[in-house]
Amino acid sequence: MDLYAENILDHYRNPRGKGALQQPTVAHEEVNVACGDALTVELKLEKNQVADLAWTGTGCAISQAGMSILNEELRGKSSDEIEALKREDIIVLLGVPISPRRLKCAMLCLHTVKNALRKARGEEPQSWLMTVGLEATD
Amino acid sequence: MALTIPAIRRQFPLLAREDLTYLDTAATAQKPQAVLDAMREFYERSYANPHRGMHILAEEATVAFEDARKSVQRFLNAEHLEEIVFTKNCTEAINLVARSWGSQLKKKDAIAVSLLEHHSNIVPWFQCREQTGAQVAWIEIDDEGHILLDSLDRLLAKGDVKLVAITALSNVLGVRPPLEEIICRAHAAGALVLLDAAQAAGHGPIDVQKLDCDFLAFSGHKIYGPTGIGVLYAKREILEAMPPFLGGGKMIREVREDGFSPADIPLRFEAGTQPVAEAIGLRAAIEWGEQFTWKDRIAHERELLKRATSVLSGIDGVSLLGPRSVDERSSCISFTVEGIHPHDLTDILGRKGICMRAGHHCTQPLHRRLGIIASTRLSVGIYNTLEEIDRVGPAITDARARFA
Repeated sequence: MDLYAENILDHYRNPRGKGALQQPTVAHEEVNVACGDALTVELKLEKNQVADLAWTGTGCAISQAGMSILNEELRGKSSDEIEALKREDIIVLLGVPISPRRLKCAMLCLHTVKNALRKARGEEPQSWLMTVGLEATD
Repeated sequence: MALTIPAIRRQFPLLAREDLTYLDTAATAQKPQAVLDAMREFYERSYANPHRGMHILAEEATVAFEDARKSVQRFLNAEHLEEIVFTKNCTEAINLVARSWGSQLKKKDAIAVSLLEHHSNIVPWFQCREQTGAQVAWIEIDDEGHILLDSLDRLLAKGDVKLVAITALSNVLGVRPPLEEIICRAHAAGALVLLDAAQAAGHGPIDVQKLDCDFLAFSGHKIYGPTGIGVLYAKREILEAMPPFLGGGKMIREVREDGFSPADIPLRFEAGTQPVAEAIGLRAAIEWGEQFTWKDRIAHERELLKRATSVLSGIDGVSLLGPRSVDERSSCISFTVEGIHPHDLTDILGRKGICMRAGHHCTQPLHRRLGIIASTRLSVGIYNTLEEIDRVGPAITDARARFA
């Protein structure tokens, strides 16, 4: 399976859920400093569940398609369910092989969403190491 | 006599891999067999800790280590042997200056750096600012990456610039700032000059006496030598007045219960056991390079970059960064491709074995100045061929087609 499968390119060309919310509970930006990929996620939280979300971003196809695909999974999910998402879950969602050199691109969506939730709880953001492990940090 | 590239390539074991087109020498150069052999032979026959012990092996290691210093002195045409300090890499050499020489700066002092700089010639000065309160001021560039000398003059006219820290060759745009002019103007204003020669050292001759620079730093691994070894050159009288950098063994004259006195230069700046095999590898790399003339090497790399310019400018959607004139470029050419992020592009090229670098190349202020987030860089070395450059064109066209 190719990294640039049609599904990835389709999400890259036609991103889902891109935009802004009227009154988000929390907005949070994360960047992948190595290449400049950036994502901002806005969450509307109700009873600890994601009632709505929107996002904006720039960067490579993997980071942007990743957010577009994850966006479709998050509505109605509780904080705990999102907190339990692991990098393997994102790789399954993307449906393409992710090599170590692209792991940070692929995980920027999860990193941003998890840290948006932490921000909503008034906690410090977690590190890249926590989100992806050492082999993808730089 | 022109270089015989097939024969040169055969001296690089890694280039025997036929699946690869290595166009990332600006990140690090591949190693000729002579370098690998020199290091291996040292470990197998003469390995000991230099400057320690009276036994025969320690003496052999000391002689080998100091011979490496002599080869660096010759490489840079430094006047005195003790002006050559071994470090871990170019970054550490610049940090050494920032921590040691820089520690004597005052609040009213300023360090001028250019927008072309690699982060390793920016961050140590910000750290120096944090510790001393000295200012960091920017020398501006035009859209092609030329240093704006007026901007330098304006900074120097204030009279508080103590150091101009500038690259000798941009690792992104391939432009060479007019060093002699800059050094002359800086000295006239009472400022010293540090040259970051990380890129320059592998692509042209360096003569520190002719340049009259005060500091110069480079890394072994970018001139076909090993990683883990770098060099700081500094004028003797400046080095002699500098306090030690790291503390430990070898950098001391005497340690008492109430303190220590530092060793003479250059050992004062070489605390602890040094990367001896790497220094010997660096010597081998310098001597390996000396079998060719700089004239031939420069002519060869210019041909490669000319071809790269023509290949890249023939592709729809490609925008070249840096100087319009090919003759102003050395070592590398960076570009953006409309509709494809550099990481996606280099990932796709990488599957065809084409190794190029994507990102901001540790030059975020430069990329911000150019109004882009990231770029793709094609860089060349002595071993590259026109045929390798030609592979890049169709590969980029294919990548564009997939993303269209």
